[in-house]
Amino acid sequence: MTGIIALYIFMLAAFTGYEVISRVPVILHTPLMSGSNFVHGIVLVGAMVALGEAHTTLEKVIGCIGVLLAAGNAVGGYVVTERMLQMFKASGARAKKDAPGAHG
Amino acid sequence: MSEFASAALLIQASYFVTAVLFIMGLKRMSSPVTARSGILWAGAGMLVATLVTFLYPGMTNYPLIIAAIVVGTALAWWSGKRVAMTNIPQMIALYNGMGGGAAAAIAAVELYRGAPASIAISALAVVGGIIGAVSFSGSAIAFAKLQGLIKGSLRFGGQKILTLIVLLAALTLGVLAAAHWNASPAVITGIFALALILGVSMTLPIGGADMPVVISLYNALTGLAVAFEGFVLNNAAMIIAGTVVGSAGTLLTQLMAKAMNRSLGNVLFSGFGDTGAAATGEVSGSLKPIDASDAGVMLAFAHKVIIVPGYGMAVAQAQHKIWELCQLLIERGVLVKFAIHPVAGRMPGHMNVLLAEAGVPYDLIADIDEINSEFENADVALIIGANDVVNPVARTDKSSPIYGMPILNADKAKNVIVIKRGKGAGFSGIENGLFYLDNTRMLYGDAQKVGAELIAAIKAVG
Repeated sequence: MTGIIALYIFMLAAFTGYEVISRVPVILHTPLMSGSNFVHGIVLVGAMVALGEAHTTLEKVIGCIGVLLAAGNAVGGYVVTERMLQMFKASGARAKKDAPGAHG
Repeated sequence: MSEFASAALLIQASYFVTAVLFIMGLKRMSSPVTARSGILWAGAGMLVATLVTFLYPGMTNYPLIIAAIVVGTALAWWSGKRVAMTNIPQMIALYNGMGGGAAAAIAAVELYRGAPASIAISALAVVGGIIGAVSFSGSAIAFAKLQGLIKGSLRFGGQKILTLIVLLAALTLGVLAAAHWNASPAVITGIFALALILGVSMTLPIGGADMPVVISLYNALTGLAVAFEGFVLNNAAMIIAGTVVGSAGTLLTQLMAKAMNRSLGNVLFSGFGDTGAAATGEVSGSLKPIDASDAGVMLAFAHKVIIVPGYGMAVAQAQHKIWELCQLLIERGVLVKFAIHPVAGRMPGHMNVLLAEAGVPYDLIADIDEINSEFENADVALIIGANDVVNPVARTDKSSPIYGMPILNADKAKNVIVIKRGKGAGFSGIENGLFYLDNTRMLYGDAQKVGAELIAAIKAVG
């Protein structure tokens, strides 16, 4: 990837992120923040590569910490977002005055 | 085609798919109808990217990689599944900080190995590393504050100057390393140590009420750090996902700050502490306690009751009890409504999730614009664990740090009952003028216990 191409990717991705979020209702702010928190868990692949190419003990230790933290970011982000959105669906069902036991 | 080349092609193609899944997933998450499937799409993308990365050419240390993934996954899965909905904001902060720390770790590994040959790439590694480390330690402080591990806000004279000096020192060392003047391990270590201190000193002075904005900001910063390290590793998935989160997170931060009527600069640089001292002296009058049986009678014979739930109610897990209380009142013919401030649950949208969990129907819940004109003809405003969002000082006192923040006009109600655990000031540390009004009564105790007492009192009325 040459520098200028990388710069184009950066610019287009920035606009994409802005557009994707621009009309989100307040009620979804918390789940969406959590969801975007999950998405930057992609740092896991970078941490894996960094550890995979580590040679010295110092590099390995830092690399291990990196992978551990990144996995925590990705998995934790996914679990809490999923739990919240599940609940959100249930509350939508209740808004139509369904029986309280109807959620799942 | 060699084995390496085909593996590389597969990895590139998979990262492309991942990027598409992430963007579409986020798009789906921004609409109520499709939100649930959005996280599944993004999750599938993450899984694909993680699996193909094992095929990366020239990788070693597989046992270490797998062990670290297993440990990280187990810890996060365990904590994420078991955290109460009320504590979601600090968990987001925690997981976000971990991402920032991971980005910083990538930068550290690359820089300790010797700064990358290209000065531009070196600079990106350094800047991404600094941002990641700031996000890591800053998020950790935000987590500790929301979790109650750190109480209050540490502030002292010259704090901003000190923060600025630390920032400049980190940047100076960063320039030394990136420009290949001195990329010795000592300098690299100095960069990260200073960046970690910077995150702490930036976050400590910020009041608890502003924390959601700060968490959202660190979320955006982690995204940016991930994107920068993506440039260093020449990894398109990291560049795209990181940048998308960086810009989406920035927008989300602005939306949240707007909901609280605070500018981002205001949150970060002129923290609550600067003008708070002047405001605390303005409140006069006394706190007038009431017991649950009197409060129960007051509620039972009211025509209209507006409930203002705050984080305190959620902490006490009282939403079920309060809803039970409301149902009792509704049976008696009392008109009951819930008034939700945009930041009632510490984060926009958080309180709606909590009330929905307890079974409160949506048509009883009103937001600030719908309900504010109704307080005047409400007999009782029942404040449960809310504080700053009903502080009339925000309307009247220009010297107050929360001046100008939109508040719920609970003080306009004929009677105000405040359920509160103790006599301390609010989360932001500001005295609440509402509590001292002539028509306000304080009902001290844990919201869940008080709720049960109120239910008993109303039943006793018959």
